Amino acid sequence: MNDIAALSPYSSSIGKSKVESHTLSVLVDNEPGVLARVVGLFSGRGYNIESLTVAETAHAEHLSRITIVTTGTPEVVEQISHQLERIVPIHKVTDLSVSGKHMERELAMIKVCGRGENRNEALRLAEAFKAKVIDATIESFIFELTGQPRKIDDFVELMRPIGLVEVSRTGVAAITRGPQPM
Amino acid sequence: MAKQMTGAQMVVEALKDQGVDTVFGYPGGAVLPIYDAIFQQDAVKHVLVRHEQGAAHAAEGFARSTGKVGVLLVTSGPGATNAITGLTDALLDSIPLVCLTGQVPTHLIGSDAFQECDTVGITRHCTKHNYLVRSIEDLPRILHEAFYVARSGRPGPVVIDLPKDVQFASGTYQGPVNIQHKTYQPKLKGDMDRIREALAMMQKAKRPVLYTGGGIINSGPVASTLLRELVELTGFPITSTLMGLGAYPASGKNWLGMLGMHGTYEANHTMHDCDLMVCIGARFDDRITGRLDAFSPGSKKIHIDIDPSSINKNVKVDLPIVGDCAHVLEDMVRIWRAESMKADKEALASWWKQINHWRERKSLAFRTSKTTIKPQYAIQRLYELTKNRNCYITTEVGQHQMWAAQHYHFEEPNRWMTSGGLGTMGYGLPAAIGTQMAHPDALVVDIAGEASILMNMQEMSTAVQYRLPVKIFILNNEYMGMVRQWQELLHGGRYAESYSNSLPDFVKLAEAYGGHGIRCSDPADLDRAIMEMIDTPKPVIFDCLVEKEENCFPMIPSGKAHNEMLLAELGDDAGIEIGSVIDEKGKMLV
Repeated sequence: MNDIAALSPYSSSIGKSKVESHTLSVLVDNEPGVLARVVGLFSGRGYNIESLTVAETAHAEHLSRITIVTTGTPEVVEQISHQLERIVPIHKVTDLSVSGKHMERELAMIKVCGRGENRNEALRLAEAFKAKVIDATIESFIFELTGQPRKIDDFVELMRPIGLVEVSRTGVAAITRGPQPM
Repeated sequence: MAKQMTGAQMVVEALKDQGVDTVFGYPGGAVLPIYDAIFQQDAVKHVLVRHEQGAAHAAEGFARSTGKVGVLLVTSGPGATNAITGLTDALLDSIPLVCLTGQVPTHLIGSDAFQECDTVGITRHCTKHNYLVRSIEDLPRILHEAFYVARSGRPGPVVIDLPKDVQFASGTYQGPVNIQHKTYQPKLKGDMDRIREALAMMQKAKRPVLYTGGGIINSGPVASTLLRELVELTGFPITSTLMGLGAYPASGKNWLGMLGMHGTYEANHTMHDCDLMVCIGARFDDRITGRLDAFSPGSKKIHIDIDPSSINKNVKVDLPIVGDCAHVLEDMVRIWRAESMKADKEALASWWKQINHWRERKSLAFRTSKTTIKPQYAIQRLYELTKNRNCYITTEVGQHQMWAAQHYHFEEPNRWMTSGGLGTMGYGLPAAIGTQMAHPDALVVDIAGEASILMNMQEMSTAVQYRLPVKIFILNNEYMGMVRQWQELLHGGRYAESYSNSLPDFVKLAEAYGGHGIRCSDPADLDRAIMEMIDTPKPVIFDCLVEKEENCFPMIPSGKAHNEMLLAELGDDAGIEIGSVIDEKGKMLV
């Protein structure tokens, strides 16, 4: 995860815009190497990846959807979109953060260990966050939680003092609101 | 027309169907089936280079001088990795190449087999696109698609990695009919409203300039013709990047010379002071802009480019037009004519007066000498003695390249082959070989430095084998001249490792290869020696011993603006005091 300042000395002088978080939805041919092309573009040109998810979404058409959360000035993010569009097996790049309203969800599995009152507190908080218990032992729970990344951050922070062991997160999946596709 | 054949035969068949008559390559274990298929036919000629880097640059020279896709064929492992520099060079300069690489059989991929490397992994970053062909069924489509991708939109290199079992396998070949790529369809036509807006801005401009680049050359000769018409119609001054030289004739009255780091005083000042910049097929590269926050501060900028990612990358522009140069220029010229548009003649007259004032500085002037050959003088004489011939120029990289760009004047596109973006020493000789293959009767000269030429010297053997009478014109100053110049500028004249020690005797070297060697150190003898070079019907190495510590001016020092150029001080042998010109921030730049 490179810092913006690590870009060339030239790009840092493009305006003095603020660094923002953007969610890009990228429709690609599901073929070997396509993810490497995308990830390689980000590392090669010094762009940030906050999160990245990928899975096939249309089996018959061999299409996969990659959702990338990146940070940068609006100029850098526009440049990222254009650079992605140059990759031959990419069908479409949409910056969901500028194209209109969209939904973002992430799934997390959170392992918490403890006995006594901590164990009860963990369960109470899980209920408040609508987290599901998907595994339990006498001294541990695994919670499944879906929501916006911030909600997961909050839940993880609450679990920390009462026995957080580890967290596994999927990264953000996103989709535009309303009847239209991206 | 579907025919049964092996994968190797399909490769040759596809080359024929794509109109390829020349392939540059080097055989090896993983491409033997393809070599066997080439052996058994006459339509595709193979040129055996001496190193795969040479194959890539030769294919670039071929492509750049013809407008066609250049093709190279190399084996797996070291064959592929040796070609990497050439592929990267082609990517940065937007040269269409198809590079066929052999690969170990599919069942051995990933096993660290002999001469195995992850070619698609390694070349992912230095190609426009690449393919690993996993089955014979995919091969015909991929072969034709590769040519389509290489030449369409912003051209570039494409690698096809061919496992040996796929070359042996049999399958059904399909010709290149109805190849409609499902995702890659670059936009050729510019947006009409924006073109009209651009024309409106051009009519109103008081101090306009056309800044053109290699995109015009890539767009084909018609783009150059249209550009000339546009200049004629508008009366605008025009400058060009290194890659775009020849699109507008150097003899044209509106020509300002090249711009950028070693561009002319008038070109750079025109860029700095203009109120409208029309950039056509160039990309605001750091060699062009100098210090970005002081780059042409008072101008509106129009940017015409086929690659949307080039727009607003380094410089924010006011009016982007995404499209092919020739298409957009065609619309501009047509509308300008049809609607009898007029540039602001009065404003232009005073703008030209200012430009002519800058021209009077004669920024390319240099002090001649009766005793030593000045490198600029050598290029001037070469130009004068070759300008009326059917001549193509390639270069290596360094001072000689910049002097060639400044003092050799190009009237036509596709006559100038040089490594611009990547700056690859060793480019010129193989590029000259590729150019000579495409133009057997032309005079092809590689303007070289004594250091660069040694990087791919082995290709002299290729030139001799195929009786390609390329001329290697070495400006020999016994230094890596540009490195030495920068050490003088930035590092107190401590010439670390930039002296060309233990040079070969280039005359004997030429003879050893079976070519002809000429040495000249006397300005009075230079014309005769150049004529001897031109009249020798075989490869020639011309060892031109020039002034050793000449600097290349004008120069925009790193981190400086267009109006802060260094000019040669003609009265002072040592040049000017430049050690203090570059500040700490500038030293960090390249």
